[in-house]
Amino acid sequence: MKYPWKKLLPRYLILIVFMLVVLVPIWGMFTSAFKTSTEVMGGPFSLPSDWSLANFEQAWRVGRFSVFFKNSVIVAAAVVISSVFLSTLSGYAFGALPLPGKNWLYPLILIGYMVPFEAVIIPLYNLMDSVGITDTLWALILPQVGLSISFGTMWMASFFENTPRELTDAATIDGCSRWQTLWYILWPIARPAVTTLVVLIFMWTWNEFLLALVMVQNEALRTLPVGLAFFQGKYTANISLMAAGAIIVALPTILIYVLFQRFFIRGMLGGAVKG
Amino acid sequence: MAHVTNKYPGESRWKGLWYLLPALLVYLLFTFLPILETIRSSFYQWDGFSQNRTWIGLANYVELFTDPKFHNAIRNNLVFVIFFSIIPILIGLFLASLLSRRPIPGFAFFRTALFLPQVISMVVVGVIWRWMFNPTFGPINIFLRQIGLDVFAISWLGDFTWALPAVGSIGTWVQYGFCMVLFLAGMQHIQEEYYEAASLDGANAFQQFIHITVPGLRSEIAVALVTTIIAALRVFDLVYTTTRGGPGESTMVTGFLIYRAAFTNNRIGYAAAIATILTLIILIISLFIRRFQRQGVEESA
Repeated sequence: MKYPWKKLLPRYLILIVFMLVVLVPIWGMFTSAFKTSTEVMGGPFSLPSDWSLANFEQAWRVGRFSVFFKNSVIVAAAVVISSVFLSTLSGYAFGALPLPGKNWLYPLILIGYMVPFEAVIIPLYNLMDSVGITDTLWALILPQVGLSISFGTMWMASFFENTPRELTDAATIDGCSRWQTLWYILWPIARPAVTTLVVLIFMWTWNEFLLALVMVQNEALRTLPVGLAFFQGKYTANISLMAAGAIIVALPTILIYVLFQRFFIRGMLGGAVKG
Repeated sequence: MAHVTNKYPGESRWKGLWYLLPALLVYLLFTFLPILETIRSSFYQWDGFSQNRTWIGLANYVELFTDPKFHNAIRNNLVFVIFFSIIPILIGLFLASLLSRRPIPGFAFFRTALFLPQVISMVVVGVIWRWMFNPTFGPINIFLRQIGLDVFAISWLGDFTWALPAVGSIGTWVQYGFCMVLFLAGMQHIQEEYYEAASLDGANAFQQFIHITVPGLRSEIAVALVTTIIAALRVFDLVYTTTRGGPGESTMVTGFLIYRAAFTNNRIGYAAAIATILTLIILIISLFIRRFQRQGVEESA
């Protein structure tokens, strides 16, 4: 069934209005990043006369976004790799293996998905402080692995639960150990579920703010969102420079979102439904 | 979890434990035990540095419930619930109903765009909207002046009355696309026969929406409520980057109050008490809405 043109037009108009409300501020910020400081005063939505990268260069070097970028990449990579690995194992335990105490262990892990970072930030700071690793990237990585495991375990457990048992049975009859079954039989077919988990944990880690703000005082260890927040305090009036910094922070998650959109939306909806 | 044993003959019934253990240890150490420690700290007075913590029982909670700053922060969080949750859900339902059961050509593009704010760092969102709301060179005020409404070209984020709704509307901007995508996904599970039967009975589009679509989306609406209400209650990044709770205390929220008490005023016990209450509220709301959602599923089954 298709809409007649007369019914289609008003629908398009309303959708376009709500889409513009989302896109116009982002677009305005995007174009500002290419403007000179005089151009930026000439009107928020005028196009830059030449698409100069000077602001990006200044943010990258003078604003030290190169350093923040490197920190963000290290933290995100470490958190994504270790939480996906650990969640695969724990999800396998819940979804496919004999596990005593399943019925109380599962809700125990689920709690982590519901509590906000505010609830754990103070003891975490004291813990990191007492072992002397505040002001290191470890203080950002370890807690985020802990929190990501909560969602990751639920996500992977439901994947393993829904894989046909005949598959693991057959593998066992053929002499595969549980460990081999996981990595040779199940892991290849888990790729869509794992991709979703990777993109979600990447986004959460990349955008995390409170933990990175609290744990790290040393400017050289800031992640991008914290770097941007301090940058904003310093250069409030220099819109084009701010815009360049904001784009450096936002671009990686936007790119991954556009490339992996299907996985992204499925994960956010599925995760929300399960959570 | 399903009650299957998953155990193969000759296999240890503890097999799964070895696979669970690494994740469980990291989770316990960096998430679960800190939750318990927060609750414990809330019964102490402690500055975060000195050796002596003093047990003061419920004193932090007593102070909390009589602290006008806490009342104010909770009130602001509730206002944010309207902006982060109620309004986006209504807009999301409206947009989803426009597309209802027949996707229109080019829909994928709209979906990509509308969902976009969900993936951008809240700090970036804050930077974007501080620029939008800037009193002198912000697009909103430039536009207002151009159409002759100079009187309304105020300092949005610096105004005691308007800062709260201004920050709240940023939340609306972030959430409505998410709600729409969620509802559209849910609509695909509503059976076409219901609509056919309803139109045979003479129900118009609006009646069909109220009596078929909304009940059919019960589960998705519950999910949208949980997600967006939690976002409104724990909001921190956005407030930090736009107003820092100001002007005065007019946009102060609970999350920021915890941060300030713990890391600016060095009142660890008091901050922990606020964090405990916030967590409790979030848990109760999640469980309550989830129960409502489950009831709906059982009734329709």
